[in-house]
Amino acid sequence: MTAPLVDIRAVSHRFGQQTVLKNVSLRIEPGSYTILLGPSGSGKTTLLSILGGFVSPSEGKVFIRGEDCTAVPPAKRPTTTVFQDYALFPHMSVGANVGFGLRMQGVDATTRAARAREALALVGLASAFDKKPHQLSGGQRQRVALARALVIEPAVLLLDEPLGALDLKLRRQMQDELKAIQKRVGTAFIHVTHDQEEAMALADHCVVMNDGRIEDEGPPERVYARPATRFSATFMGESTILQGNVTEAKNGTISVATSAGAVLLSAALQPGAKVALAIRPEHLVLGAAGGAVALGTAEVSDVVFQGSFKRVLATSTLDARLQFIAKAPATAAIQPGDTTAISCNAGEIILLTE
Amino acid sequence: MRALVRIASWLYALAVYGFIFLPVIVLVLFSLQATSFPIPPFTGPSLRWYGAVLSDTRLTSALVNSLLVAVLSSLAAVTLGFLSAWGFARFTLPGSALLRGLITLPLTVSYLIIGMGLLVLFNWAGVPKSLLAAGIGHVVINLPLCFAIIYSQMGDHQINIERAARDLGAPEWKVLLLITVPVMAPAIFAGFFLSMTFSWDEFVISFLLTRFDTTLPVEIWNLLRSGLNPKTNAIGSLVFAVSIVLVVLFELTLLRRKPA
Repeated sequence: MTAPLVDIRAVSHRFGQQTVLKNVSLRIEPGSYTILLGPSGSGKTTLLSILGGFVSPSEGKVFIRGEDCTAVPPAKRPTTTVFQDYALFPHMSVGANVGFGLRMQGVDATTRAARAREALALVGLASAFDKKPHQLSGGQRQRVALARALVIEPAVLLLDEPLGALDLKLRRQMQDELKAIQKRVGTAFIHVTHDQEEAMALADHCVVMNDGRIEDEGPPERVYARPATRFSATFMGESTILQGNVTEAKNGTISVATSAGAVLLSAALQPGAKVALAIRPEHLVLGAAGGAVALGTAEVSDVVFQGSFKRVLATSTLDARLQFIAKAPATAAIQPGDTTAISCNAGEIILLTE
Repeated sequence: MRALVRIASWLYALAVYGFIFLPVIVLVLFSLQATSFPIPPFTGPSLRWYGAVLSDTRLTSALVNSLLVAVLSSLAAVTLGFLSAWGFARFTLPGSALLRGLITLPLTVSYLIIGMGLLVLFNWAGVPKSLLAAGIGHVVINLPLCFAIIYSQMGDHQINIERAARDLGAPEWKVLLLITVPVMAPAIFAGFFLSMTFSWDEFVISFLLTRFDTTLPVEIWNLLRSGLNPKTNAIGSLVFAVSIVLVVLFELTLLRRKPA
C-alpha cells in the first residue's frame, strides 16, 4: 500500500474556550476528490485552514507527502487554496493573477504567461487573460481562482466552499466542471461544503463532519446506503428515523420494538440495546401492497411536487412524534389528509446503534 | 410662503459661501492689482506682482523648500502611517485600542504645543533649527492623519487577498509591496495628498523650527511684517492654488468609486 498523500493525525483545535476540532484523524489518497461535508460549526473549514497552514492546530500533526507540515507556513506548503470569496488580486489582470504563484517561484515572464494561458484554457477562460477581475462574472472569477491555484501544480488543492456564492444552476454546472478538471489534472482536491448534493456528485471520498468530529467517511455511495451514524443518515440525504429497543435476539436475528410496531432484522445485538432504524425516502412504500415490514398507517400531512417525484411527509397514526419522509412517483394520486399504510423491506433498513 | 422660504434659504447659502470665500476672492483679485497697494479701487488686471514674486529669489527658494519639506515629510508620514495601520489591522497586539488612541492623539494637540515640544527636544538633543527639523515636525502632525485614513480603509476583505498571495508562495515583504500597497493605493494617495496640503501651508512649526532656510508660509509672514503689498497677495494666491490642486487630488483618490 502506498503512503497517503495527506495524513492528519489526532488533530484537535481550540479557539479560546471553544473546541472546534476533537481528535480528528484522516488520510487522503493521491489523486482523490475528498469532500468535507458538514453543517456550519462542524469544524470542516478549520480543518481545511489547518491543511492550508493558515491555522496551526492546538494538538496533533499534519503530514503531507510524508513530511511533517504542522508548522510550515502556507507559502512553503505544497498546498494551494481556492477561497470562498475567490480573493483575486483586484489590481492585476487575470493573466497576472494566474501567473502570480509562478512569479513567486522566479519563473521568467514568457514562461509564466504561457503557463498562465494554459491554465486559463484548462478552466475554459483562455480569452480572459488581459481582463481585470472586476470585469468577470462570479463563475468566471471562480475559474480564475481555480487556474491560479492549479498553475503551480500543488500536491493538494484546497477548496473552501468554492461554489457557495454561485446561483444554483451555475453551481451544478461548475460542479461538473470541477470534477472534469480534477480528473484531467489528477491533483488531489479537498473540498469543503455543506451541500450534500454537491458532496454526492463530486466525492470519491466523502467525510461527514459534525461538532468537531468525523462522523463517517467513505465512498459517497456507501455513506448514503449504509451511514455509520444517525447524524450522517440525516445529513447526507434524508431519512425517517425510528427509535427502538432490542427485545429479543435469536440466531442472528433481532426483534426491535418501535412505536410503529416490531421489526425483525438480522444483526447480532443484546436484548435491551437501544437502536435507531433509518429508512431512506425511496425505500418507504406507501399503500396496501407494500414491503415485508409493516410500519402501521400514517396520515399524509404534506405533499410536495418535485418534478420527477413527490416528496411526502406523513405522521404515524400510532405515534404523533414519528414523521415519515417518503418519495412517491410523480403520478401518484396522494393528497394531504389521506391515510395510508406504510411499509418497507428489511434489507433496506439501516440499523444504527447509539 | 414657500417662495419666501426658498429665497431665504438661497440668501442664507449665499451668506455662508460668501463668508467662506470672500477673503480668498479679495486676496486673488488684488493680486492682479496694477498699482502698489492692494486696496480698492481695482486697477488691474495685471500680472506685474506675479512677475515680482517669481523674480524674488528668497520667495522662490522658500517655495522650493516648502515643496521639498511637503513631499519628503508626507512620504515619511504616509509610509509610517501605512505600516502602523497594517500592523494594527493584521495582528492582535496587547492594548491595541489604547495604542491606536495614542497614535492618533497628536491630531488633538495644537501645532503650537507640538512645535514648542520639538523645539525644546531638538535643543536638548543638539539638532539645529533647519528644514529637517521642520520636516520632522510635519511628520509628527501628519502621521496620525495618514494612519487614521489608511486604517479606516483596511477592511477584512483584504485579509483573504493577502492570504492568497502568501499561499502562492509570496514572502511577507512581497505580500506588502505587491498586494497590500496596490490594493490600498487610494487610501495611501489620499493620506499623502492631505499630508502635502497640511505641510504646504503649515506655519507655526516651520516658524519655530527653521532659521535661515525656511518655508514659504514663514517667508510670507516675513514679507507681511513690512506691510501690505500686492506681492503678498500674489504669493498667497499661488499658495492657495497649490492647496486647491492637492485637495482635489485628495478627493479624487479617496472618493472616487471604482467601476463595479
